[in-house]
Amino acid sequence: MVAIREISRPSASLNAMSTPAGPVLRVPPAVAGVNRDQDMSSHADAINARRMNFYYGENQVLFDVSLTVPERSVTALIGPSGCGKSTFLRTLNRMNDLIEGTRCTGELLVQGQNIMDPSVDVVLLRKHVGMVFQKSTPFPKSIFENVAYGPRVAGEKNRAVLAELVESCLRKAALWEEVRDRLNDSAMALSGGQQQRLCIARTLATNPQIILMDEPASALDPASTARIEDLIGELCSQYTIVIVTHNMQQASRVSHQTAFFFEGRLIEVGPTTRIFTSPAQKKTQDYITGRFG
Amino acid sequence: MTAHFFREMERLHRDILSMCSTVEELICDALDGLRQGRAELSSELSGRDREVDVWDIRIEEECLKILALYHPVANDLRRVMVVMKIAGELERVADLAVSISERSSAISRYGDFPMPGQLGDMAKEALTMLHDSIDSFVEQDANRAREVCARDDLVDQLNDHLIREVVDVMKQKPELIEPAMHLFSVIRHVERVADHATNIAEDVVYMVEGAIIRHPRLPRNAGGLLAFLDS
Repeated sequence: MVAIREISRPSASLNAMSTPAGPVLRVPPAVAGVNRDQDMSSHADAINARRMNFYYGENQVLFDVSLTVPERSVTALIGPSGCGKSTFLRTLNRMNDLIEGTRCTGELLVQGQNIMDPSVDVVLLRKHVGMVFQKSTPFPKSIFENVAYGPRVAGEKNRAVLAELVESCLRKAALWEEVRDRLNDSAMALSGGQQQRLCIARTLATNPQIILMDEPASALDPASTARIEDLIGELCSQYTIVIVTHNMQQASRVSHQTAFFFEGRLIEVGPTTRIFTSPAQKKTQDYITGRFG
Repeated sequence: MTAHFFREMERLHRDILSMCSTVEELICDALDGLRQGRAELSSELSGRDREVDVWDIRIEEECLKILALYHPVANDLRRVMVVMKIAGELERVADLAVSISERSSAISRYGDFPMPGQLGDMAKEALTMLHDSIDSFVEQDANRAREVCARDDLVDQLNDHLIREVVDVMKQKPELIEPAMHLFSVIRHVERVADHATNIAEDVVYMVEGAIIRHPRLPRNAGGLLAFLDS
């Protein structure tokens, strides 16, 4: 696995991406699924946020948030609208940098490196920490080109390598069997659920270690939602996943740990099974049982 | 959660309370019958036991409906689970009440059979435990529930003592073996009532605190229990 510490040395990481032995080209393992009772204490920290504060101009939206995300696990961020969970998610690959007037304090370690350091190459960071959005955003190109786009931009020109990479990513995103005969068709012709899985495949193509998902299934029908959830269960054996969801049952189904945000503060974080059976905080209990929010 | 959910939960609470009071009366009457030697009681109690069976099924169906339709979590989930378990415990207490009354009826045919004095103490303690466990459920009082659990040892001691006494009677007076066997069963049934009260109290602790206090020697850390079971 390419250490994120290499972010400051982009050329080394870019070269690693096209290496056949790289993680992207591995045959996907059998479906592992999310074992929520799995003991994650032996997993190294993929993300370690320490006393993070975030401001939109003068408006503070995150207060002293400290949260650890173990490697190869799924962490669900839940909370009512405006609680700061999406803002927190976007800090993890510095997407908030794109919004003018924002400011972040504290420490945010991604695989040991403080990514808030100004010397960090954010483009490379976002390659390591990929993102899937609520609304699927395929490029108006072919299915093949959607997945090959990132590696191409990163300098990969070998058609055979790209073809192998596209197939591998589409397989990992559980889309290959549905599109293998029409890779040159427009991605815009795919269904909503297929488009979202294509976006996941596109994210995988840049060989990330961490995948952020902002309500990835909220616009999908139940069958497509189930496929995305199954996919999360498969991907978490290789990737660290952080997912924001308003769907409490989805959080309970797909995640190892759940973090509850309220009014910009992290109220409680713990193993998902415990949070949904015996939360320690009254506020968490009131939220997940529908007393408010 | 919707207003529908809260209405369903209120109805479930009302129903389990009705079942509690029905079963408490049933076991009280069975033990009174034992003390007074009322042979005719068992058929009446059998009829009331069927009412309890109806409550048991109804409450289970209500719980399943709530789980299927509303997917409760946290304290709501624990409450539904515990109500379902308590209904099961109460149903068994009602069965024991009928069995006690049947054994009482059989014993009463031996008019001069000596009833051990401490049986009354044991029955009273078991009844109080049942009453207190139900109160702890109503009041959501985990401390009171824990006190109930602690009292089970006393009933166990009385049980051991009484069983030894009955065995002595059987050894010394073989002609009384038959009524002594019935009494033996009564003692075991009363001891089981206390066990069910303890189970209810343990469920109440889980409902209130989310902690499973059964089998305290098993590992409790996250994943530890599963690791233990896998080993």
